Amino acid sequence: MTTVLEPPSPEALTTAPADDTGLMRRPTEPQGVWSWITTVDHKRIGILYGVTAFIFFLAGGIEALLLRLQLAKPNGTVLGAAAYNEVFTMHGTTMVFLVVMPLSAAFFNFMMPLQIGARDVAFPRLNAFSYWAFLFGGLFLYSSFLLGGAPDGGWFGYAPNTSIVFSPGHGIDFWVFGLQILGIASTVSAVNFIVTMLNMRAPGMTLMRMPIFSWMTLISSFLILFAMPVITVALFLLAFDRNFGANFFNPAAGGDPVLWQHLFWIFGHPEVYILILPAMGMVSEVLPVFSRKPLFGYPVMVFSGIAIGFMGWGVWVHHMFSVGLGPVAVSAFSLSTMFIAVPTGVKIFNWIATTWKGSLKLSTPMLFAMGFVAMFTIGGLSGVTHAVAPHDRQQTDTYYVVAHFHYVLFGGALFGIMAGIYYWWPKIFGTMLNERLGKLNFWTWFLGFNLAFGPMHILGLQGMPRRIYTYDDSLGLNVWNMVSTVGAFIIAFSVSVFMFNIWHSHKRNRVQAPGDPWDARTLEWSISSPPPHYNFAEIPTVHALDEFWHRKYTEDDDGRPVRVAGSPGSEGDDAAHDDHGDDDHGDDDHGHGIHMPSPSYFPLVAAFGLPVMGYGMVYGRSSGQSYVVVVLGALILLGGLFAWAMEPSAEPEEEGHEPAEPATDDQPALVTAGGEEPSPPAPAPAPAPEESGT
Amino acid sequence: MTRARRLRALSMMVAAALLLVSCGDQELPQNALDPQGPVAQKLANLINPVFAVAAVVFVLVQGLVLYSALRFRRRSDDEAPRQVHGNAKMELGWTIAPALILLVISVFTVGTIADINSKAEGADVVSVNVTGHQWWWEFEYPDRGVVTANELHIPTGREVALRLTSDDVIHSFWPPKLAGKLDVIPGRANFMTLEADEPGTYFGQCAEFCGLSHADMRLRVVAHTPEDFDEWVRTNAAPAERPTEGEAGEGAALFRQKGCASCHTVNGYSAGELGPDLTHLQQRKVFAGATFDLNEQNLRVWLRDPPGEKPGSLMPNLELSEDEITKLIAYLETLK
Repeated sequence: MTTVLEPPSPEALTTAPADDTGLMRRPTEPQGVWSWITTVDHKRIGILYGVTAFIFFLAGGIEALLLRLQLAKPNGTVLGAAAYNEVFTMHGTTMVFLVVMPLSAAFFNFMMPLQIGARDVAFPRLNAFSYWAFLFGGLFLYSSFLLGGAPDGGWFGYAPNTSIVFSPGHGIDFWVFGLQILGIASTVSAVNFIVTMLNMRAPGMTLMRMPIFSWMTLISSFLILFAMPVITVALFLLAFDRNFGANFFNPAAGGDPVLWQHLFWIFGHPEVYILILPAMGMVSEVLPVFSRKPLFGYPVMVFSGIAIGFMGWGVWVHHMFSVGLGPVAVSAFSLSTMFIAVPTGVKIFNWIATTWKGSLKLSTPMLFAMGFVAMFTIGGLSGVTHAVAPHDRQQTDTYYVVAHFHYVLFGGALFGIMAGIYYWWPKIFGTMLNERLGKLNFWTWFLGFNLAFGPMHILGLQGMPRRIYTYDDSLGLNVWNMVSTVGAFIIAFSVSVFMFNIWHSHKRNRVQAPGDPWDARTLEWSISSPPPHYNFAEIPTVHALDEFWHRKYTEDDDGRPVRVAGSPGSEGDDAAHDDHGDDDHGDDDHGHGIHMPSPSYFPLVAAFGLPVMGYGMVYGRSSGQSYVVVVLGALILLGGLFAWAMEPSAEPEEEGHEPAEPATDDQPALVTAGGEEPSPPAPAPAPAPEESGT
Repeated sequence: MTRARRLRALSMMVAAALLLVSCGDQELPQNALDPQGPVAQKLANLINPVFAVAAVVFVLVQGLVLYSALRFRRRSDDEAPRQVHGNAKMELGWTIAPALILLVISVFTVGTIADINSKAEGADVVSVNVTGHQWWWEFEYPDRGVVTANELHIPTGREVALRLTSDDVIHSFWPPKLAGKLDVIPGRANFMTLEADEPGTYFGQCAEFCGLSHADMRLRVVAHTPEDFDEWVRTNAAPAERPTEGEAGEGAALFRQKGCASCHTVNGYSAGELGPDLTHLQQRKVFAGATFDLNEQNLRVWLRDPPGEKPGSLMPNLELSEDEITKLIAYLETLK
């Protein structure tokens, strides 16, 4: 990775100029499809992540509706057993890996650099590579529907059901290699975000002045960095079992199927926090802004997030309380799981305290954020009941658990992400979303969610196991199943309201968003909406937590906010706050001499090698010659990486613009943020955070 | 959205929920909150107070959220609330208070874990080896020479020690009214104690996803009085009588001819091991993973196309004629 940002050698500069020598001409289009395909701009990549994840969300949602239709009545006939198992497997895999994670990544990408006052992420082309690997991984996984059947072993893929004896088709192979590709995407972007946050914060932004969403991004990125390798190992072992006749999980040959469960959940539980922490961060941004109060106990919020991140590694066995691991292990994990509720509870009370005695404007983002606090609490409480291991013996693998994690991942993560979407939409697209439609969106979302998942608590306790494609009339589960299905369709309605809102707000009744529509607190609101492509004309100098708020307000003796005269947005501030940004994100960085990284084809090329290798592995299992395709894919990947390494991260200025500083000639401006001497950032997330501070 | 509309939505939800509860007056044979034996009772003794504590916290938090949303709504754009950045004492308070509550719960939790993990011992204990198969249950009584499928017969008031293992993938044995679930894992033996207070039939089913027909892997636990249980053992330990005449006799011949015998054991006649033991089939009320009631009509439907009735069933469609089916059923009906 270090090579990516090293200054190009003189040879590279002379042999690969921007014009017609080189392997491919360097893309230069500022607009149009190719500008998106070759972009390395963190904001565009963020939008690509968001749009792609939303499309997968629709796919996962349709799968959910199919499941609910099948279960609406006893002995349902909408899906057969085989189709049901494929659909529930893909629903879970989609929502975790292709929806919630990339939706969070969309905000990491777009917002985190703006929040910390940077011009881009540390490795812009690597960032593009992450996106393409994610997209190709998702498409690879979904192509299984057309190629003989989707995976049907559940998103948890328990051995030995996933062995070739019990799952001879290619579905599981697609799952294995699809997740490997997605794992590469996640790991690479986690490294990128960590390096960015530790090295590229604006001058004065100490870690404890970093906005809370960026903090949660940091914690989440560390969790991804450490959790993904575990699932990678597990998937490789499974691939060896399936492709090469290894017996890691085969009990008949001395292997251990329970080993899979340990590996999967050592990844799987931190994964839950990977999914929820970013949403917690979003909610922690929204609540203060719409309460006109700072976040209550910011340090405690940061440290409880860190505590959750650490403790999240010591609770995985609570997914395995019915495995029969013995009273000592069960007791230990029972206790650790219970006590992870403490930092979570602290967060909940701090959120409530943030709103307490505030001035609450119940706009759509705020409704979703408060809905998050209320719904996530329910998921947290049912989580504590799982920690009580004997309790769990009755509810694990039932619909009670389905209810629980939907209250965490839908009531939590998706409510939080929706809050984030409504909150940051004006910043991202420069357009206000319609409030009336937004509120309709929220209330139908809230109602549908509770109708769909609330009854599942009851169903589970009344004896309905998970992952069953049918149930008998005699079990007495009919009523709540029907209610749940109705709820699912109300959610579907709510999602269509959301899509209608986007269309309506952009095409029918467009309201241009000002730079700071919510009177917000963090730096991303100090620039125009949407931000110019170089983000900040001048890298801001940070003096306080909630820097932007402090530029607008000060506190009087009573602790009440008072407008700073001449501050952005105050009367008499005729320049308005987006004084640099009005010229928008064209090619008008001329006045500032800002030199951004250049677009590149190679992240796309390199990432394309991954699914090619994946197909080679999938079909290599049934016919050995197909392994040739793996070699082909590897060559594409390596070729892409080689060309990428040979091309400078930013082309030299062509038209003779004087760069702001001569030293930045062949370096993207972002490295020199704050006007320091350009030096390549540390290759690893070296703990050098305070240097960039005061 | 106004406060009135929010309240209206809320009250509508509550009303709808009450309506549904009142008309949901159905029997719930797999209700985990209705313990019918001491093992399940121990779990319930922990579950109920934990739910009570959770309910209190639920009401508290939801109350605070709602109160805050209603009480502190912005009424004028000039509002300038005091900027409170935190309060160390309060934050310490709501760190310690939940920790203390959890500490109390954890004491009872660990106690119950130790309790339910103690193995049943003593001369009175009934031992059963449980084997999970895709997708049916095999129950073997090693001290009594009985093998049966899908229906676990036990005496009331006596501890039953189950030794659980699997023949293929991971399953999970779960009779909710009698005990919590325990996984059934190939290459491992798990132990679980079971006890029923009253005679009766208790429903259960496999709780771990085990492939195509996971949903069709159900089970019954039938509790008898100790006398009736001894009688049941006597009947089931005896070999089957083989009919030689009439339709049943022809059915017995077909049972071998068509290959049924290579998968199914009928004590004294065949020794197949892939499928359920059929020696005393008619002692059972259900078949095929306890998915179907055992009667002539269901057997007929089943024999026409087993994988059509239970997806993925290892028992193939033998392309039997109606006449052959009639004869086979006549034979099966002699297996009393």
